[in-house]
Order: sequence, then structure tokens, then C-alpha cells
Amino acid sequence: MSLPEVDPSSAAAVELYALVLYVVGGSQASRRAVANLRVICDELLKGRYTLEVIDLREFPALVGERHILAVPTLIKERPPPAVRLIGDLSHRERVLAALDLGLA
Amino acid sequence: MGHEVLSRPRIGHGRHPRTLLGDSMPTKPRLVVATASGKNGVVDDGPTSGTLAKAPTGIAGLDEITFGGLPRGRVSLVCGGPGAGKSLLSMQFLVSGATELGEPGVFVSFEETERELAANTASLGWDLPGLTERALLKVEHILVDRAELTEAGEYDLEPLFIRLGHVIATVGAKRVALDSVEALFGALSDESLLRAELRRLFGWLKDLGVTAVVTAERGAGELTRHGLEEYVSDCVILLDHRIQDDASTRRLRIVKYRGSAHGTDEYPFMIDAGGFSVFPLTSLALGREATSERVPSGVQRLDEMLGGGYFRAATVLASGGPGSGKTSLAAAHVRAACERGERCLYLAMEESPRQLVRNMRSIGIDLEPFVRDGTLAFVSRRASESGLEAHLTASHREVAVFEPATVVIDSLSAFAGQPVEVRSILARLIEDLKARDITVFLTTLSDAEASASGGMSSLVDTWLLLSNHELAGERNRAIAVAKSRGTANSNQLREFVLSSDGIEIVDPYAGEGGLLMGNARLEAQTRARAADEMREQALEASRRALRARQAAVAAQIAVLEAEMEADLAAAGADIGEQEQRQAQLGEDERTRGSARASGPREDAGEM
Repeated sequence: MSLPEVDPSSAAAVELYALVLYVVGGSQASRRAVANLRVICDELLKGRYTLEVIDLREFPALVGERHILAVPTLIKERPPPAVRLIGDLSHRERVLAALDLGLA
Repeated sequence: MGHEVLSRPRIGHGRHPRTLLGDSMPTKPRLVVATASGKNGVVDDGPTSGTLAKAPTGIAGLDEITFGGLPRGRVSLVCGGPGAGKSLLSMQFLVSGATELGEPGVFVSFEETERELAANTASLGWDLPGLTERALLKVEHILVDRAELTEAGEYDLEPLFIRLGHVIATVGAKRVALDSVEALFGALSDESLLRAELRRLFGWLKDLGVTAVVTAERGAGELTRHGLEEYVSDCVILLDHRIQDDASTRRLRIVKYRGSAHGTDEYPFMIDAGGFSVFPLTSLALGREATSERVPSGVQRLDEMLGGGYFRAATVLASGGPGSGKTSLAAAHVRAACERGERCLYLAMEESPRQLVRNMRSIGIDLEPFVRDGTLAFVSRRASESGLEAHLTASHREVAVFEPATVVIDSLSAFAGQPVEVRSILARLIEDLKARDITVFLTTLSDAEASASGGMSSLVDTWLLLSNHELAGERNRAIAVAKSRGTANSNQLREFVLSSDGIEIVDPYAGEGGLLMGNARLEAQTRARAADEMREQALEASRRALRARQAAVAAQIAVLEAEMEADLAAAGADIGEQEQRQAQLGEDERTRGSARASGPREDAGEM
């Protein structure tokens, strides 16, 4: 689950999105977040994003290091500015607005 | 995988899901019990099976009123306003656990960073970095940044559990403090979710078997702003910090303690160089053995009134209006003590020491030599410059260093505040001083009399009432002993005279218009003396007249007696004459008879 997933079709993307999703294994909300994010990425960021999904139970030290309060937490590391979202990403409009993907 | 987030109630309960936790706290029936120590305590309703294990807090006084500390393996809630001392209490709980019992602790800080905490507590003598190095303490700073969080759906606080579990396991923590979890409410908008998660957190901590202290902000009309007291059923402690007329007072109350007796009062506490300390109102003084040793008051007549002076380690209160002589009485006592070589500490709240020494010199009490030779020390500070707490702290320190036999606090009125304030502050001071066998001399404005009689009087052993009396255009001072424990005393008002010769107490003069003082007394006394003299003169005159009459009568008696004597003498002479004549006649008869025998009887017919 914690494998970086890169869309093979995005060779040298101009605007590469780097996304990290922190989850907790077994959590329903986490599972939903992964699914919701995949849909969004496939629709709007095909070929120009990387997604890392990290299970905090496996890396508990990261909770402190990255200041994670809640799960699921999505961090858009690139392009700047860094953006933080929490929740199962079911509020699609909010997710798109936060990621600056406009309405699609 | 394989983990399931615990199901938690998320929707359908309001702000206060009381039903989840049974009845609400304040309405719970309480049982007042007399504990082994004779103190009244309260046992909150709840499961009382077995003896509840306690985790000592190491906080002076708190372990006493909780009869051993916080409930071990449970969660305690400490609530209070900003600056009430919540963080300090929870940190001291961890520090004393670590240093005294070797119990490692985790301090989860939502506000201050590890460095800030270390810096802020260094003045208390706590070496947080040192404890951290020895793996006895771990400070975990949880950054709550509300600015850049977008909420987009359902979430939970599992990372908090993961992080905490990780740290607790790392140091093998027995004690955990969360200060203050309510910071989360500022960052996350779903209140009901947060409350449910915190409730889950408290349950989880309990399951881990750690003794936890959770702090929370005091809410308006409620113990905590977010109703966290609903989720902590074992022990709730309320801290209060009030500033009144520039005086700061701190109070602690145990709101509930399930399954354990606990003190129910509002206990004053202070935060000083030694950390957090709570003053149980009744604990110290009770076990003390009363001394019967007397210490002179410095005013001879007063000693007589009190049966030999004050008792040592007694608390003497002199109350009276402005200029009624309270300070003078205190100074007289100080001088007497210093002359015996006993050290005195004078907490001058209203005057500077120089002013005080000068003023006392005007009534013939020179304190300066004692200041010079170190028998007398002054602590002078205007009450308005620092809070009550600072006063107490300073006084405590100085008492410990100087080791006085007598402490004067002049005046308590400088400790502005409500009667309750005055009482608890007083109680703390007095008990501490009493425990050290120190005689305490307090002065207070008569304004405080109401409060004094309300609560303070029980703490005071000897209470001297000073008063001003206005009569015939003149103000005079009076003194009465309102109360003196263990002494037969007169409650009669006596005149209290301050002159350049010192203090003099004059017996009352009850004239026609009641009790008289000053010039009125003198005048009345003069008038009375004059009247007495006149009466005396009249008496003397009548005595003289009587004596004269007596003399006259005696003279008459003498005359009469003389006459009588003369009469008797005269009478006696007649009788003698007649007897003589008779005897002569008899003689003549016999002579004549013998003559008749030899011749004829001549005078036989005459017989």
C-alpha cells in the first residue's frame, strides 16, 4: 500500500503533482480516501502526478515528524504552496479547490 | 491491515451526551464520611470495590486532601482558566513521579514546545532535559496548526493514538499528561467528532493502565469549555486564579473523586520556587500541642489583663480604626521580644521601615538598635506592587531564612480582598507560622472586623479591639480584649494612652455619662475629687462637732460624777458623824450605868 504510484504515461510532465496520502490500515475512511483520490487523479492529473500512500501504523515516527493530526491526511507537496487536507476526500469540490484543479 | 477503527458515536448526540456516561456530575448524591484522621471528606458515588490505588502527585498538600494522590491507572481532569497552573500541576505530577518514584512519564504538550517547557520550569529547579536524558521523561510537542487544514470528509484522530502509544511504549511511561487536548478544538471543526475521539482517548489511556492527567480550559458556567468533564469520571480538579484589587489568589477544589474520600473545601495554593503547593486549611495546626508559655505583650497592664501576656505561638489580632494604636501595640510587643533577644520579622505593608521606626520613636519605642543588631528585620512592600501570592512566597522564604520567634503582619487590610480571600490567605500563613512555633501579631482595620468575626476569629487566639472614642471634642483610644483563648479575661473597655513615654493602659472611669476617657475622664475625676473633698470636709466638721459634743457630754458627765462624788462624800460624812454620835451616846450610857451601880442612874430616862 505504501508503494509510490507513478503514471507511466507522464514522461516529463510540465506540472508534476507530488501527493502523499497518510492513512491507517483498516480504516474505512482511509480506504475511501484512497479510492476517491484515485478517481480524481485519473480524471484530472493523468500522467502528471506521483502518489505515495503511507500507513502510519507502519511508520509511527512519521506522525510526529510530519505533524499529522488526523487520518486520512493528504499533503500536496508540489507544486507549491504545500496544501493539507484531512478527511476521506468525499467533498470533491473542496478537494479540487484545495488542489487548485478548478472545476471539471 | 486487519485493524478496524473502533466504532464511535458520531452523529445523533448533541453537545453533552450525558446519556453515554450516566448521570451528570454535580447532581450526584454525596456521602460525607469522617475519615480516620478525623477530617470530613466526601466519597463520590461510584464503584468502591477494593482500595483504590493512588499515584502520589508529590505536591505538598494535594496528596493530603486526596488521601494519597490521583487515582492510579485512571484519567484525572484538571480544569482552570488561563494561567491557573494546570500545566504546572500536570508537569509536577510527572516530575515527582520520575524523580521520587522512578516512574517514567510522557508530557504531551499542545501549546508549548519542549524547549519552552524546559526554560519555563528551570526556575522551579526542574531539569527536564536531564530527566529526558535518563529516559524518565519525554516531552512530546504536538503542533496544532489550524491555518492550512482543509477538511474534506470524514476523519479520525488515530495518528494521536499512534503517536502516544509509540512514545509511551518507548519510555515505558507510567504517567501521562495531556496539556491541553482542547487545543484540538481550535484546529478541527467537527466538535462532536473531537469529543467522541477524546472520550475514546481517555478510555484507551485507562486501558493502557497509565495514570493520566488531562488539562482543559475552564468554560463559562461549566467546568470545561468543551464539556470534557463528561468523559472523565474518576477525578476532576478545578483550579482557580483570581486577581482582586491587584492581589492574586489561587484556589484548588476537588470537584469529584470517584471511590475516594477527599477534602471538599476550596484550598488555597501557591506556585513558588518549590513548585506547586496546596494549603489544606486544617491539616497542620490540629496536631499541635498547645504551649502554656507566656510571652509579654510589652505593655505591663495588658499582660495583667491577659493573665501574664500572650501565649507563645499564639495568633494575636489587633483590630481597630485608623490611628487607634495597632502599630504601636505591635511595636511594643516587638520591642519586648527583641529585648529578650528573640528575633522578630515585621511585614510592614503600609509604611516604610524608616517611617515606622520614626513614628514609634515618638511614643518612646526605639526599634532602631534592634534593626542594627539584627534582632529585628523588616519586610516592606506595598501590597499593590505584587500579588498576595508574591507576598506569601516572600514571607515564607524570609520566615524560613530568618527563623523569627515573632512575626508581625501590619496590616492585613493591605491584603485587599473578600473575606474568603483574607481567611484562606491568613489560614495559610498562620498555620505555617504556628507550625514553626512562631507568635503571630496581626493588625487589621476595623473594616475587616465583619470578616474577622465571620471566619478569621477562629484562627485568632487573642483578639484585641482598639477603638477611637470621640467625646467632648476629643478623640481618645480604648482597648478591650475581645477574646483570649485559655485565659480568663475582662472584656471591659480600658483607656489606651499613647504618649512620648510609651503605652499606658488606664482603668476605666465609669462616670455619670458612661465610660469616660482623656480630659473628660480627668475632669470628671477632678470634679469627683472636689466633691469628695467637700464631702470629707463636711464629714470632718460633723465629726468634729460630734467630738466636741462628745467632749461636752463627757465633761458634763464628769461634772455630774464629781457632784455625785461630792454628794456621796457629804452623805458619807453625815452617816459617820451620826454613827460616831451614837457610839458616843452608847459610851456615855455605859459610863452612866456603871456610875448608877455605884450611885443613882442619871440618864436612864434619856435612852
